[in-house]
Amino acid sequence: MTAFLAVVRRDLLLAYRDGAGTWTVLGFFVIAVAVFPLGLGPEPQLLARVAAGVVWAMALLAALLSLDTLFDADWRDGSLELLLSGELAPEALVLAKALAHWLASGLPLIVVAPLAGVLLHLPGNAAPTLAVSLLLGTPALSLLGALGAALALGARRGAALLAVMVLPLAVPVLIFGAGAVESAMLGLAAGPGLLILGGIALMALAVCPFAAAAALRQAVE
Amino acid sequence: MGKAIAAMGGFLQRQAQPARVVDLCGRFLPFAFALAVICLAAGLISALVLSPPDYQQGESVRIMYVHVPAAWMGLFVYAFIAALGGVGLVGGHPLAFHAARAAAPVGAGFTAACLVSGSLWGKPMWGAWWVWDARLTSMLLLLFLYFGHAALTRAFDDPRRGDKAAAVLALVGCVNLPVIKFSVDWWNTLHQPASVFKMGGPAIDPSMLLPLLLMLGAFKALFFTLWLMRLRSSVVAARLRAAAARARGAAWR
Amino acid sequence: MSFSSPYAVYVLASYGAAFAILGGLALLAWRDWRRVKAAWERLPGRREAP
Repeated sequence: MTAFLAVVRRDLLLAYRDGAGTWTVLGFFVIAVAVFPLGLGPEPQLLARVAAGVVWAMALLAALLSLDTLFDADWRDGSLELLLSGELAPEALVLAKALAHWLASGLPLIVVAPLAGVLLHLPGNAAPTLAVSLLLGTPALSLLGALGAALALGARRGAALLAVMVLPLAVPVLIFGAGAVESAMLGLAAGPGLLILGGIALMALAVCPFAAAAALRQAVE
Repeated sequence: MGKAIAAMGGFLQRQAQPARVVDLCGRFLPFAFALAVICLAAGLISALVLSPPDYQQGESVRIMYVHVPAAWMGLFVYAFIAALGGVGLVGGHPLAFHAARAAAPVGAGFTAACLVSGSLWGKPMWGAWWVWDARLTSMLLLLFLYFGHAALTRAFDDPRRGDKAAAVLALVGCVNLPVIKFSVDWWNTLHQPASVFKMGGPAIDPSMLLPLLLMLGAFKALFFTLWLMRLRSSVVAARLRAAAARARGAAWR
Repeated sequence: MSFSSPYAVYVLASYGAAFAILGGLALLAWRDWRRVKAAWERLPGRREAP
């Protein structure tokens, strides 16, 4: 457990000292959301209609953005091999890395997303559902992303490859996340969508660490 | 029992020598090809001539006989690749990775054929070339999964690493296959509900089931033909690479 | 099938497209095999057929 927390703490410190990580992700997210009114026109009804989907889709892209560096620096300087030969199981290492990624880029997104929703005239009654759906969905994105980052370690064109691999796998998260916000906007029950989203997150938690650990072992072989 | 399994393993081990694999592929290929031609001829006659037009959809129902078997093959080949990847990861024999590499583009081809024929079916039926209904969407996602698999397989300088990573990806992607199959029940859309794999037997008329099954048989035989052909090339290409590496090594010495 | 049906063109196009894709794959596979086999036969000192 100490080793686990040490990895989380180390990654968070690196993200914090680096300074760019979290802010770049947030900046990308806000700018990408703000681009839509510029393309679609300022009409409030139209923007409110697409708000849920746009915010969720941009959150998905923003979460992907910071993923290609998740294991890459450690792999290049050899510390990944040390971490893998240490007392921490590879699966736990993946979990720690994904948790640090989520804390550094998923959590800030949840805070900023309702504000981005305001830009798109998202109705106020849907904002809490948006935050909750992101709270349930972004951990799944971080886990899937960790798997993608582990698989793409050392590949040519890693960042584009990561998107091609992870986006299709992340589609159910997007569908049910945006769907829950949509139903809250229409005054319907958002509960079922959120529950399925939680189920997907749990499934990602059950599958991704093991698959990503297998990929990490292949990368350092 | 244990002895039998050991004997079986030894047998498979002997058959898995590269020269033997190439030989076996060459032996099975004519049969697979002949089966494909026969099934295809029977299937085409049955689908285009003998089967009746639908009372609602008219002649356009005949598109079903390529669309649906292509969809089944797209799903089947993805599961096949994942299974081969699992065998390769556990057993460590390179032949499984060669087999997965040989099958992947063919599966993507079936999925693309399904999407194109679905689009050509959608235009007269729905009035649009593309409709975001559950089954077309999930086939599109399956095609994207194939793209990711292909990109990952080819992304590394060391082909073995690409094979192994792609095997992991295929296994994880397989978790999506049930989602794809049952997405019909999750989203409520323009598409018809599944009518062949229904509880209590097929709800489709035998005059339509026969061409469907014949075309499925033709596609399956065609898949095995292409797969054996590509597997054979893949194995020989690996031996050529190994020979070239040995020649370089000899030149260095 | 009756070719007077307005759907006939869609039916033929879908069969054509599907078999064009599969036929293309078959041609590529066949070309690959010819190429690989030729390279194997040029290889000096080989003992057996590929």
